Amino acid sequence: MRQMGASLSSDWDMKERMSVLRQASPVAAPDDMELIVKLRQGDEQAFASLIDCYHSSLVRLALAHVSDRSVAEEVVQESWIGVLEGLDRFEGRSSLKTWIFRIVTNKAKTRGVRESRHTTFSDLQGDTELDEPSVDPALFRTSGHWADYWAEYPQPWDEETPEKCLLTKEGTAYLEQAIQALPSKLKQIIILRDVEGLGSKEVCIMLAVSEANQRVLLHRARARVRQALEHYVQGGTRPA
Amino acid sequence: MTREDIKIYVLDYLAGRMRCKEFVEIVTDYLEGSMPLGKTIRFHLHLGLCFGCRVYLKQIKRTIHTLGRLPQEPAPSDVREELIKRFRAWKT
Repeated sequence: MRQMGASLSSDWDMKERMSVLRQASPVAAPDDMELIVKLRQGDEQAFASLIDCYHSSLVRLALAHVSDRSVAEEVVQESWIGVLEGLDRFEGRSSLKTWIFRIVTNKAKTRGVRESRHTTFSDLQGDTELDEPSVDPALFRTSGHWADYWAEYPQPWDEETPEKCLLTKEGTAYLEQAIQALPSKLKQIIILRDVEGLGSKEVCIMLAVSEANQRVLLHRARARVRQALEHYVQGGTRPA
Repeated sequence: MTREDIKIYVLDYLAGRMRCKEFVEIVTDYLEGSMPLGKTIRFHLHLGLCFGCRVYLKQIKRTIHTLGRLPQEPAPSDVREELIKRFRAWKT
């Protein structure tokens, strides 16, 4: 039994799994520390490169907590100041990227809570659906020996299509839209995990969710984005 | 019943009759490496006999891959300048 398990998860499987688990490095890389030193010395070029590297990602992340784009921009700009103020305290126990994303998450969270008192935008959206299946039950057979098996197989995608979607402005906008259409909690998790490639433990701490819950929410989010991509592959121009 | 049908029946029972409906819900558990051995084996047996689930798993992987390659948009130039101005003020 043991041997079987070992051989099953070796070779192709393990390699693939590792490539999917694109974990961001848990501690500051040497490059990070170099950059930090430059920033502390007031190197403008270094700061500009940091902005170019992360600004739009951070706005996307902030939009998972607040509903308005201008508010998200504001949160991120405030966070950049927070980054500057915190530079002297940065010890390199996490990567610089994780640290910056954590600052934005905290600021956006606070702002989101304040905002939700005035609007209907709610953090709970993602949690209310924890028990629902992630795939439409209508896609499975309902009776007989093959009940709960596919009624019709999902249509395979051609080799390059969803990745090709990123080559055009429309395609990129489509995918961004599919992400933004997710409930808040799902959006937060899929952005940090799959778009930014942060590790599961870091994200658990950042968002104060258990690993088990994170997996459920992440899976739900992936299933929805997969569905949106399927729609795109089949020729749709806007997420259903 | 053809030979192929019988083979599928037998494998299906060996896989503890894992249904596609169950399979599609545990794909992320599998990818995160958080599944117990027994379930992993059932997962693989089902994967081996079910074309639909092979397609589904592959598509979830490609979804993750595509998400990880979303291109960066440059920061709006006024925001960029404003931040750099603040940086200048901060370092002095």
